[in-house]
Amino acid sequence: MNDRKKIKRPEIVETPSRFRNTIGKYTIKRNSSCISCGLCAELCPNGVHIKPKNYSRPLRPVEHKCIGPDCRENDYFCIDRCPAKALTLRKNAMLETMGDYRWTPEMLIGHFAMAETGELPIVDLEYSLGNSGGGFDKIRFIKPDPGKRNDLMDDEIDLSIELNKTGDRRPKKTISIPCYGGGMSYGSTALAVMVGRARAAKRLNTLTCTGEGGYPSELLPYKEHVITQVATGLFGVREETIQNTPMMEFKYAQGAKPGLGGHLLGEKVTEAVAAMRETVVGSPLFSPFPFHSVYSVEDHKKHVDWMKEINDQVLCSVKVSTPTDVDMVAVGAYYAGAHVIHIDGSYGGTGAAPDIAKKNIAMPIEYAIPKVHRFLVNEGARDKICLIASGGIRNAMDVLKAIALGADGVVIGTAEIVALECVRCTKCESGRGCARGIATTDPELGYMITEEYTEQRIVNLYLAWCKQWCELLRSFGMESIRELVGRSDLLVHLDYLEESERAKYKPAPNYRMVI
Amino acid sequence: MPKKYHIETTPIPPRFYPVGKYTTIEFREDCAGSCRECVKKKCVYNVFKDNYSHITAMKEPEYLYECMSCFRCVQECTKAIFSRVINPEYRILGDEYWNPDIIHRTWYQAHTGAIPVSGSGYGGRFSGPGYDSIWTDMSEIVRPTRDGIHGREYINTSIELSRRPERLSFNEDMSLAVDVPPIMEVPVPVLFQPPELGIVNENVLKSLVKAASTMGTLMFIRPEIVTDDLKQYGPTLIPCLTKETLGKYQDLVDASVMIELAHEPGIEKEFSRIRKMKENIFISVGVPLNADAASIAIELTKGGVDTVHFYADHHGRELVSKKPMFIKDAIRKIHLALVDASVRQRVNLIVTGGVAMAEHVNKSILCGVDGVVIDYPLLIAMECRLCFSCNKGLPCPVKVGEVDPEYGSARIINLMAAWRNQMLEMLGAMGLREVRRLRGEVGRSLWLEDLENENFAPIFGERKVPFDF
Repeated sequence: MNDRKKIKRPEIVETPSRFRNTIGKYTIKRNSSCISCGLCAELCPNGVHIKPKNYSRPLRPVEHKCIGPDCRENDYFCIDRCPAKALTLRKNAMLETMGDYRWTPEMLIGHFAMAETGELPIVDLEYSLGNSGGGFDKIRFIKPDPGKRNDLMDDEIDLSIELNKTGDRRPKKTISIPCYGGGMSYGSTALAVMVGRARAAKRLNTLTCTGEGGYPSELLPYKEHVITQVATGLFGVREETIQNTPMMEFKYAQGAKPGLGGHLLGEKVTEAVAAMRETVVGSPLFSPFPFHSVYSVEDHKKHVDWMKEINDQVLCSVKVSTPTDVDMVAVGAYYAGAHVIHIDGSYGGTGAAPDIAKKNIAMPIEYAIPKVHRFLVNEGARDKICLIASGGIRNAMDVLKAIALGADGVVIGTAEIVALECVRCTKCESGRGCARGIATTDPELGYMITEEYTEQRIVNLYLAWCKQWCELLRSFGMESIRELVGRSDLLVHLDYLEESERAKYKPAPNYRMVI
Repeated sequence: MPKKYHIETTPIPPRFYPVGKYTTIEFREDCAGSCRECVKKKCVYNVFKDNYSHITAMKEPEYLYECMSCFRCVQECTKAIFSRVINPEYRILGDEYWNPDIIHRTWYQAHTGAIPVSGSGYGGRFSGPGYDSIWTDMSEIVRPTRDGIHGREYINTSIELSRRPERLSFNEDMSLAVDVPPIMEVPVPVLFQPPELGIVNENVLKSLVKAASTMGTLMFIRPEIVTDDLKQYGPTLIPCLTKETLGKYQDLVDASVMIELAHEPGIEKEFSRIRKMKENIFISVGVPLNADAASIAIELTKGGVDTVHFYADHHGRELVSKKPMFIKDAIRKIHLALVDASVRQRVNLIVTGGVAMAEHVNKSILCGVDGVVIDYPLLIAMECRLCFSCNKGLPCPVKVGEVDPEYGSARIINLMAAWRNQMLEMLGAMGLREVRRLRGEVGRSLWLEDLENENFAPIFGERKVPFDF
């Protein structure tokens, strides 16, 4: 009988899409020869076909739940069983117009499904690998030794990480999953999204971040789980907001636009946003780059000390992007007394950035993690600081790969937004903001999303990820995700393998997309 | 405060409806007809504005240039009659190198004069051949040598095209002991040249030269296509001559500040004759970019040329070579050869071919040239679709030949303003105040092979798959 401590994780609640027509990998169409017998609805175990009792005809098929032609093996395959041959199954041609090389359509749909059900998708989707042809998409875990596998249950595997490893007198801060939410400011996202993310963070016992845009009072009930970001514009930073928070984050730079400040377009600066940021309605807001009060590590230390003085319990995180000397910057942050060094790679998310910056400036996170990890190890500082990576970490396997490369944990932004049905149309910033109601302050578009929906979809997503994390840890015989940190010996890169070896691993997706 | 160089922009909408990326497909037999909830009426971006009157009055097909791809029409139609595909015309825009995305972005910039800004992270390939295997560096907190976004009006983008003495020396009375050649500066590291293919008639040329003259940059041009109307822009033109045609186009030479000679062995002997003929004229020599280019450049430099102009093909590859190098590597090689020969600072290098986006300008300079020369982007700014129907004797779908020079030049100026602003973004992030400081400055860049070697090789061992350059 095993008497291990069971870890309590939040409850999954199925949270369907906000939109009446869902997007799936397959389309299933019912034509007019349907005789409304209702057999399909009786047969399908996945809920594609629904015919409520007093309805004369079945509803339109719920396409995203259809598992496609593989279903042919089953005796409930609706296409073959339909007496009127009224159903057609096809691959959804629309997928070509969706997603991009990093977030492929299948990865998007897979994450929609996880956020809906809290389970791994039942449809054959490639949600762990993108089509970018490098970095995480070419890195694989080695085949584990079957003898090492343990038989722990998911709720016996420890996924928590410790953010305060310095051994100073400040409180320990353990978060129950190896991720916390990235900064998305009041103004860039809808308030319901912000509060929903904080509620999800509370239920998951992790953190989320205010971004640079002030601390709306709606977040106060969740303040133990909200990081206050202090960025170069100092928008909405007040003494109270530092006192409210368990951890504050200095944002020196953002991976998507390193070397440039934040930018909130005028249209998004509504009255409420302007009041929060203490600025003028309708006028665009630039954060400067860099902190004009920080020109050296000593200046940086002064900043950290200032925050620590305001709140004697607060932890300090330092968020920087990934230039050539990111390792030096990291060690500088450590000596200045930071608890967390957060490196944000160049392919990270943003609400608005020049395309030229997103593509070209600073290095991808895959290179920066081992660089910083190794440097901190050599410096003898690795055990004393928590290394957090972000910027282009899209899915559960990316999280594990980042940890194996040397990070303690990661920050997730885009995936949380994808859980809210972002399709990555990249138009967060234009006009009234996000057409899907996520990244908008427009009163009409903002109605599209609720706190409850946001909270549960994000919780579901992470719970689905937990399943992937636990499975991998179990296969390597690990009991805690902390054992995985820096275990790059468990990783291979396809381009570094002989052809015969490479054939043993799943090839990297490599197909042409029309961008 | 001296006046800052600035390119004025004003939005110039296209004359023709641009090729859109998406097309909606509607299964209209399922449409409820005159539905109050019609998603076409509710489109956030109003892209169906001409198209929701009534089913019978709808134009079709709808190529949605303005569609932002939010999927709300697809997902909210009460009858789910919408689907989307990629416009087949969009797929065949341009070619492998000048891909539809580049063409679309160029149109956008020529229309608005604004730099492309978008939300969410980068969505392209991890890295790629050519320029896509370089990232530029940025200055983090600990280096006080950078200018942020608010300092960028102080970043200087001008380059010189005139030769320089290696060092100054002085006589005992402190007078100069060396001749200091005259200085010529252009305010942007981008020069123009009419493309080889595509419609290049008087309207197009006027648009180009007008834009060049407004911006203060220069344009290379074959003398036989210079019409009388263009001659008024004499100082903006750089006639591309040979030793033989030099005398024939004396009037052009007289009007211009710089001329170009096609390279041939011994061409440097002509320099002193030309400079005697016209004092203070600047000489560029056009050299095909190939394996000999480096040694030719060294010779020319020693012969006293002002600028060496390399010609690559329009995909940025070396000419006449079995395994052509991409310009980024070719110019890096040439730059280093000149550095080794201790003559790099005496001469200026520019390159034509394959420069398609603003980032390519910075990355070329970083590899070792002083500036670049562009051709196709100028045509694309005037709505060209690079379909080359014109070269097959077919009519141009956007009537580039009939372009009004006022319109054409304004579109080009918009494009250049957007490019310059993007260059400033990169320079600002790198912490550079001058584009001249960027020349050959690979220390401010991150190269794929270095990153892989430094960060992946210690973990994964030796790389087995060669880099895809």
